[in-house]
Amino acid sequence: MAVRKPPITTREYWAPGHAACAGCGCAIVMRLATKAFSEAMEEKYGDPDAFAIAHATGCMEVVSAVFPYTAWKAPWIHVAFENAAAAASGVEAAWKKLGYKGKILAFAGDGGTADIGLQALSGMLERRHNVVYIMYDNEAYMNTGIQRSSSTPYGAWTTTSPPGKYSIGEDKPKKWVALIAAAHMVPYVATASIADPYDFYRKVKKAAKVDGPAFIQVQGTCVPGWRVPPEKSVEVARLAIETGVWPLFEIENGDFRNIKFQRFPKDGKFKKPIEEYLKLQGRFKHLLKNPEAIQQLKEQIKEMWKVLGKEVELP
Amino acid sequence: MVKKVVSGNYAAAYAAKHARVEVVAAYPITPQTSIIEKIAEFIANGESDIQYVPVESEHSAMAACIGASATGARAFTATSAQGLALMHEMLHWASGARLPIVMVDVNRAMAPPWSVWDDQTDSLAQRDTGWMQFYAENNQEVYDGVLMAFKVAEHKDVQLPAMIIESAFILSHTYAIVDMPPQEEIDEFLPPRKPLYTLTDFDNPIAVGALATPADYYEFRYKIAKAMEKAKEVIKEVGKEFGERFGRDYSQMIELYKTEDADIVFMGMGSLMGTVKEAVDVLRREGYKVGAAKVRWFRPFPSEELYELAKNVQGIAVLDRNFSFGQEGILFNEAKGVLYNTDAKPIMKDYIVGIGGRDFTVEDVKKIANDMLKIVESGKLDEEVDWFHLKR
Ligand SMILES: Cc1ncc(C[n+]2csc(CCOP(=O)(O)OP(=O)(O)O)c2C)c(N)n1
Ligand code: SF4
Ligand SMILES: [Mg+2]
Repeated sequence: MAVRKPPITTREYWAPGHAACAGCGCAIVMRLATKAFSEAMEEKYGDPDAFAIAHATGCMEVVSAVFPYTAWKAPWIHVAFENAAAAASGVEAAWKKLGYKGKILAFAGDGGTADIGLQALSGMLERRHNVVYIMYDNEAYMNTGIQRSSSTPYGAWTTTSPPGKYSIGEDKPKKWVALIAAAHMVPYVATASIADPYDFYRKVKKAAKVDGPAFIQVQGTCVPGWRVPPEKSVEVARLAIETGVWPLFEIENGDFRNIKFQRFPKDGKFKKPIEEYLKLQGRFKHLLKNPEAIQQLKEQIKEMWKVLGKEVELP
Repeated sequence: MVKKVVSGNYAAAYAAKHARVEVVAAYPITPQTSIIEKIAEFIANGESDIQYVPVESEHSAMAACIGASATGARAFTATSAQGLALMHEMLHWASGARLPIVMVDVNRAMAPPWSVWDDQTDSLAQRDTGWMQFYAENNQEVYDGVLMAFKVAEHKDVQLPAMIIESAFILSHTYAIVDMPPQEEIDEFLPPRKPLYTLTDFDNPIAVGALATPADYYEFRYKIAKAMEKAKEVIKEVGKEFGERFGRDYSQMIELYKTEDADIVFMGMGSLMGTVKEAVDVLRREGYKVGAAKVRWFRPFPSEELYELAKNVQGIAVLDRNFSFGQEGILFNEAKGVLYNTDAKPIMKDYIVGIGGRDFTVEDVKKIANDMLKIVESGKLDEEVDWFHLKR
């Protein structure tokens, strides 16, 4: 009898024993991304191990490598916070020069990508390095204790955007780095979510197989940062998709006119109200008492969809 | 006076608020974060109307402070280790433009290996950037230091930025009582800034950051050197005034503790000097003639005060929570240099302690005292630099 190939490889590159919180959505990103990457390397080069990882400072870096241990079963380098893309560029240049086959994988959080690392990312994309850059987006600086980033959504509580008499919480709309990356007209840009692991897996494989740079922005829950119970980690990410808060799309070669969407309602009408997404999370608790702010957030989400070429309705 | 039980970081945040800082541009980094979180909280609940710029990196934090300060505002930031290193270029821009920015640096070890614990190398590596540096022993000194730093930095003859330095966790996250004077009294001590030049002077528009050829650059540097010299006087004046107003005297750049009749003096900076003072008490009870010299201001360096101290002691044990690779502990190196052309020649030994947050205890000070006594008695220095805690 033939043995069916599992849809997701059983090889592991992200070992148990790392120190991420129970329910950490970003740990799921690490595990799935490396699995998908290795499968792509196997299919493309015949060697599942043909890659190295460059990692920015942040939660996933800190929880995975405390001397004398490492959770990584692949070669891994952490250089600093602001430059995963630059470090990956160097690894890739040497990789090529020294005659290795395969591709480089870079990981950074939203802070390490949207803020302090944006310049390095732009350089890496523009120079067309053969790197897949995965931005795991937990929507704040979690490692340093939940400060806002430019990827923090409107209205969210963080320690540097506390709601109060004179503050609604974060008061700027979320920055979508995937769109900035796509403007570099690189071969492949996508967004993804831990709530759709097969979609994420497919996208990482696709990114890994293109020649040249690719960028994936994947939403990953942070249990203490979003103030959600660990067992709701995936559920809350699923609601982000179902309420229209988190778009799933792919943009190839900067072709904004032919964006591919996943899980997008055919009629453009999202069935679940964003309140369902918000109310599961302590970071939005104060917002539920503020219908104007929720309306504002809805408008911003519609604007974001408009940039993607879609008119949507939010209940 | 209001007495509050606060962490070193909250002391810094309160001091910034009480100094009526106008612009804060900052970026989070452990263990500095609670400083800027507290400031964000002040703003959110209406306690303060500081303009807070949540920049996207430390390089931008300092650049924004430079912009704000050049515009005439009182600007403040805080950082630590990696963040301070990323600011490095901008530190030169701040001092070169003669802007009285005040920053709190939470001393933390530089990576790699990654570490978040106490170590002075981050700030000492910035010693040549033209910033004044004050090392706080406790939370009260963090608070007082920020208030004094603005007054010194903004003095018309100084016009240089200043760094107030506190230890990771040992101060930043440890709660202690801090005396905070009433706002009116602080306002009297620290009136609004009177900038000499601003970007808002439309009749005489200024150009900041122009090019200077070899015919002029040299004099620009000389002026900074002179301002740093002058800062010593200003620091003493301001420290004295602070003492008269608020009861805590800072007129000495080196705080001396039981050194009058001491044969051996422990010299160091920052929170570890609290441990040393306690050890001095213990050792004194046991009959040792020892004292402590806490270097408060490292830039400008208190050379004259060091000479006065060194004249009368047989041995100085320098406690360096830092290291300059290829040389020795940084305080040791500087102190030796100061004494070279003088007649004060105590035996000096450098003890590398507490790096990367390694515990440094009263017991350790005792060991050092005994080691130093042996050296002084025999007149023989076994080695100049002692990696004191090394696992052997
Ligand atoms: C130059 C520099 N500035 C600040 C820091 C402190 N720091 C380390 S991780 C981090 C936040 C990381 O946020 P993000 O990239 O979103 O990753 P997360 O921790 O949320 O996974 C910060 C501010 C640093 N390490 N280096
Ligand atoms: S703080 Fe958040 S991102 Fe970091 S390990 Fe915990 S759940 Fe994951
Ligand atoms: Mg993050």
